Amino acid sequence: MATITVKRPKLTFLEKLFIPTLIKGLRLTLSHGVRSLRGKAEGKEQLAAGHLGVTMQYPEQKWDSHLPEYYRGAPALVTDELGRERCVSCQLCEFICPPKAIKIIPQEIPADSEWAKVEKKPQAFDIDMIRCIYCGMCEEVCPEQAIYLRKDYAITGTSREEMVHDKDKLYEIGGQRIGLVNKWNDLK
Amino acid sequence: MSDTEATKQLPKDLAASEGKVNVQIDGVWHQFPKGTRMIEACKQVKVEVPHYCYHPKLSSPGNCRMCLVQMGMPPRPAPGQDPVFEDDGYQPIGWMPRPVIACANTVAENMGIRTTGPLVEEVRNGVMEFLLINHPLDCPICDQAGECRLQEFSVEHGRGTSRFVENKVKKPKNVDIGPRIRLDDERCIMCSRCIRFMDEVADDPVLGFTDRGTHTTLTIHPDRRLDHNYSLNTADICPVGALTSNDFRFKQRVWFLKETKTIDTNCGTGINVTVGARSNKILRVQPRENNDVNSSWIPDSHRLSFHTIIDEARLTDAMVMENGKHQTATVANAIQRAATELAKFKGEQIAIIASGRMTNEELFMVSRLRDALGATHCDIVPRTGESDNMLISADRNPNTEGAKKVLGISKPGSSLKTIKSGLASDKIKALVILQEDLTADAGFTQNDIQHASLIVSSHILANPTAEVSHILLPGASSFEKRGSMINVTGRLQRLNQAVQPNGNATDDWELLRDLTNAVGGGNGLYLIEDVFKSMASEVAEFNDLSLGKIGDQGIQLYETGIEIPLLTRERKRAENGEIVG
Ligand code: SF4
Ligand code: SF4
Ligand code: SF4
Ligand code: SF4
Ligand code: FES
Repeated sequence: MATITVKRPKLTFLEKLFIPTLIKGLRLTLSHGVRSLRGKAEGKEQLAAGHLGVTMQYPEQKWDSHLPEYYRGAPALVTDELGRERCVSCQLCEFICPPKAIKIIPQEIPADSEWAKVEKKPQAFDIDMIRCIYCGMCEEVCPEQAIYLRKDYAITGTSREEMVHDKDKLYEIGGQRIGLVNKWNDLK
Repeated sequence: MSDTEATKQLPKDLAASEGKVNVQIDGVWHQFPKGTRMIEACKQVKVEVPHYCYHPKLSSPGNCRMCLVQMGMPPRPAPGQDPVFEDDGYQPIGWMPRPVIACANTVAENMGIRTTGPLVEEVRNGVMEFLLINHPLDCPICDQAGECRLQEFSVEHGRGTSRFVENKVKKPKNVDIGPRIRLDDERCIMCSRCIRFMDEVADDPVLGFTDRGTHTTLTIHPDRRLDHNYSLNTADICPVGALTSNDFRFKQRVWFLKETKTIDTNCGTGINVTVGARSNKILRVQPRENNDVNSSWIPDSHRLSFHTIIDEARLTDAMVMENGKHQTATVANAIQRAATELAKFKGEQIAIIASGRMTNEELFMVSRLRDALGATHCDIVPRTGESDNMLISADRNPNTEGAKKVLGISKPGSSLKTIKSGLASDKIKALVILQEDLTADAGFTQNDIQHASLIVSSHILANPTAEVSHILLPGASSFEKRGSMINVTGRLQRLNQAVQPNGNATDDWELLRDLTNAVGGGNGLYLIEDVFKSMASEVAEFNDLSLGKIGDQGIQLYETGIEIPLLTRERKRAENGEIVG
């Protein structure tokens, strides 16, 4: 088999120190602070409730309506227009997930099913939300457009088991997505 | 040339004197034996030529065209002209303007091969584009993904996007062609490896192509099924996911598998295998090439036998009989108990029945236990069947040779009768049964065994012998341990641990060591390497060897004269030049 050795990128001395990156992050946070103080931040009406105009009264007030399109919340599975599970259980997300939060057990779709030609779906799909770092790698790697990071950020539970999102929960959060590429159509 | 002294010094003459030829591969000169295929020559010097249809153990039809390379030969001199030699003694190479296939052509004197360069790159890209024209976008659901040659070479030589605007040709998908194999015709790249395997190796030509051109379809004979006992090998050699194993289907993506090189223990051949496991669970077994044992193949019956070790009836705890009922005990307590009980009997009252499925190390520990107990009766259970005239040996014990050498049993099974009658006449009172179910192959009934007042046994599964044992120790299966075995031809091979034993099951050599310790005091053996070392000093065949030295391909210790039929046939075909071998 062809073996390809991938080289890690060489870091410069400054990069190895991590300090410049740290400063970059601090600068971003500060700039948001300054924006809020000048009353230019998103959700300024709600922020105004605080004395300085920089504090939101969570949980009475929430960021939800101000979250940008690219916000990365909890990862979730989606179904297509016809209610088909988009995930075919290829396990690429399981492979790429940096903290190993995803666990999938694949299954064959029975021959009498309407979607028998897709052949494969997940039998179990668990994401451990204690492990998940909301990096979005799973969404990026998915070849079937089946997993998306939604805007849910307040993931709570009173036990470790509760913090594991199973397949039902993931579809509940994810819901239906329309307008995606549908490669399992009749032409296929 | 007129100067004979000078011609003698030419590289071509030096090579010819050894039956070799000089070949330049990617600018570097090498020597190869005459008749070497160009693709093998490149492989020997670690230059990879991508290929699909070529397989060294099968004939070369040269139909995939993936292995195209550029070839050059010295220009033919005009009549009366002497060949020109450059300073380094080689003739200049005249490169041919069109590529040739490397898999079916052999090397020649002063030949040049280019596996890189604009021409080669362009033809590879072209071949890849044609192969992918009708290929489905199945990788996410295809079991081959991750070890698919089409994927690999697409990364190197593919375009990334398709220029094909017409509709793809549709072919049958998910076709049930046999009990263990599934066919997906859209993924087939028509390399014909499977057809040639079934014809040339399995001698059951049930596969073939129908239709022409882009509609070419791999099909099974309408009245037949792909049910040959070697059918799963076709899934291994299929370079794409057109043939996949029903057993492994959708179990796990291959890149998650931890692979361990070990050997199969279903018969005396000791077929070399690679075991793929994830999360301590064996998911598949594949043959591993060893041209002195199994070539590149394995029978389906052996390959799928690993399911018995993940069986429900697996023993995971030691059991001690209390008032006719089995109670779980710790392994250490059970061993201690066994030693105390065994001490109540005299040597001639104890019989040890070991197994031809034990490793040499375990057998060695058995011999130590035999000495410690002073047991006079000791034998293994012979297990024979019929050879399939391919790889499966008539001897179904993987280590009969080892039992002969290590345990000194000259005729396996010869004392079983004595033991049986000894039990009946109460001469033998204690039985130590290791890794065997006596009711299965030894011809004992549960009643015969129960005559003994003490039965100590070890096994991996619950069975009639285990049921009546007073002390039962949970052993490890062959994929769960390290050790060595000698196959029917006299080849020493190594087992490696692919997964951990279930529950409290323990590697058998450790069980035996602890039992021997408990019976007769310490023996200073802590690692399996130590066991091999002491064995090497006592058994002549193992002198100067260690577990590490055995290597993945094994060592031929001696010749027993037994031949493996499939190998004999393949060697003959290689001699005739039909295959590379
Ligand atoms: S967002 Fe990142 S960490 Fe979370 S499941 Fe996806 S890949 Fe894993
Ligand atoms: S990458 Fe997408 S299709 Fe594959 S298992 Fe994850 S969610 Fe399912
Ligand atoms: S055969 Fe290879 S390229 Fe084709 S779908 Fe399967 S993995 Fe993908
Ligand atoms: S099924 Fe596989 S091995 Fe057989 S011809 Fe097609 S690609 Fe080749
Ligand atoms: S490998 Fe040479 S033509 Fe297929």
